[in-house]
Amino acid sequence: MESYALLLAATLNAGTVLALAALGLLINEKAGIVNLGAEGMMLCAAIAGFAAVVHTGSDWLGFAAGIGAGALLAAMFGLLVIWLNTNQYATGLALSLFGAGFSAFAGITYVQEKLPERPRFNLPLLGDIPLVGPALFRQHPMVYLAIGLVAALIWFLYRSRAGLVLRSVGESPESAHALGYPVRRIRLAAVVAGGALCGLAGAYISVIYTPLWVEGMVAGKGWIALALTTFATWRPARVLLGAYLFGGVTMLQFHFQGIGIDVPSQFLTMLPYLATIVVLALISRNPAWIRINMPASLGKPFYPGS
Amino acid sequence: MLRLEARPEASRFWGLASPLLALAITVVIGVVLFIALGKDPVRGLQVFFWEPVRSPYALGELMVKATPLLIIALGLAVCFRSNVWNIGAEGQFVIGAVVAGGVALLAGKETGRWIVAAILLAGIAGGMAWAGITALLRDKFNANEILVSLMLVYVADMALSYLVYGPWKDPAGYNFPQTKTFDAVTQIPRLMQGSRVSIGLVIALAGVAALWIFLFRTRAGFAQQVGGLAPAAARYAGFSSRQALWIALLTSGGAAGLAGALEVAGPIGQLTPYVPAGYGFAAIIVAFVGRLHPVGMVFSAILMSMFYIGGELAQSRLGLPKSLTGVFQGLLLFTLLACDTLMAYRIRFARAPSLKGAP
Repeated sequence: MESYALLLAATLNAGTVLALAALGLLINEKAGIVNLGAEGMMLCAAIAGFAAVVHTGSDWLGFAAGIGAGALLAAMFGLLVIWLNTNQYATGLALSLFGAGFSAFAGITYVQEKLPERPRFNLPLLGDIPLVGPALFRQHPMVYLAIGLVAALIWFLYRSRAGLVLRSVGESPESAHALGYPVRRIRLAAVVAGGALCGLAGAYISVIYTPLWVEGMVAGKGWIALALTTFATWRPARVLLGAYLFGGVTMLQFHFQGIGIDVPSQFLTMLPYLATIVVLALISRNPAWIRINMPASLGKPFYPGS
Repeated sequence: MLRLEARPEASRFWGLASPLLALAITVVIGVVLFIALGKDPVRGLQVFFWEPVRSPYALGELMVKATPLLIIALGLAVCFRSNVWNIGAEGQFVIGAVVAGGVALLAGKETGRWIVAAILLAGIAGGMAWAGITALLRDKFNANEILVSLMLVYVADMALSYLVYGPWKDPAGYNFPQTKTFDAVTQIPRLMQGSRVSIGLVIALAGVAALWIFLFRTRAGFAQQVGGLAPAAARYAGFSSRQALWIALLTSGGAAGLAGALEVAGPIGQLTPYVPAGYGFAAIIVAFVGRLHPVGMVFSAILMSMFYIGGELAQSRLGLPKSLTGVFQGLLLFTLLACDTLMAYRIRFARAPSLKGAP
């Protein structure tokens, strides 16, 4: 039983990384922009966050640095895609390749650094419930923050006027433009917000999840987060669920090793990637269903007056 | 205020000038970076742009690295021209290398030189099969080929890692994760003595000609590209988009697999966890910077190879990390995409309409 509690705890932790990034990408995509640069933004944010913690000793400044790095790169991407009308896929890809190179370059002096052991968080009383306590109530605050973020995002997207405008920009930018909304600025704001969240996810990886810096340590989580928005048919609550599901698949390998199932570790490491492929195939099987749920102008450029 | 004004047709001038302008901007950023790092920028430019071409041997090394980049990019050009976003060439390269390596491991004392052909064919088959998974899932399940092909890169890396740490590990290799060194008979034939340039270069150049003919002189090549430019027109003309998808992915997968085979049976000579060197990703940049044109990609492959060699030299001569290569490669693609705007649009510096009326 103890090992299942640990598995659940680790699942929530791993799922939080994916949830933060995927929620950011969801905001992008609701505004009609696909940012394939998630992986690159997360890598740059991971090293920015890690470096900030090494120099200041504050986790929260680390998160702030990650958010800043993600937002900055996203703004760069946004300017190219929204104002210079570059291809979204190619530009996002450029961001991922640049981010991988730049983070490796910037992180070279941090490879040997380790962060000090942090005290475990513990919600009083709740954390002491046997089994459930350690699994659910001794997590890093960011885990609960991610859940709160989902609630906030649901309210924003479906209950607030600003959210309605954001969605209209993703569904029909021409109509939103005709109504007088500044489509390009709204899209840029969405892209920057998405980059900030990807940045937060990246910093969480290097500061809390595995507190060290290794080249390429994001290991495809940015791409999995991209797949999650499709998996969730662009709904925030399903993004969170999907993130936990994939977090669980990631953690399964350690669980298997823990209970002594003898499978070569490489096959277990493959699991999250294989799971992403299988799930994508199953979800996408019905094109009509995807079409109904997908923001109608996703990936399509909009340039007023052209 | 800046305004973009769509050109009636893409500017031919900027089609050629934009990669050069992008390179110039990347170089300027590089110079600034060198100065910021306290290095002599002239030395920096030297290791990237002069050292790789200064001697016949250096030129040979330049070609050794340009060959796989060019071969992979040729295949990717077919994909991107038909609007199929295969970004998993790295994985197809790795599986091509693994399958080719498996054949190479079978070679023994009495094996003939025919084994080289078998190795290359095995590489092509491996890469095709790996890309075929992406094509199948796209065709039958409508799964996004960007994400599937990319996920398969990680799976391919793990498969390679399993083999070299497990069943294929050289028992006499002091427990290093690598296969035994392939028998000498498997070595890809070299073009001349004193250089590592192999027949891979000839194959790549033949590929350039073949792609040129396919794209610009055959009906099949035309049909392939119409689907990318105007899907509705392609449907109306009766060109099958499914067929275009399969052709694109199998071609690029086969090309990447071939490059993998040429690498393991050429410069590397065994399977190790370091077979994936990022060529599959760098080739995406090669393809775009070369304008998806067979001849253009020859130049961009050489340029990208310079970045690789320059990065290695920057490490040994200037004490800078090798990862500088990745920074410059990414920057180049970024600046190219920005400069490409000039191709499709005219930039107008128009004042925002003012309330005071005409000036």
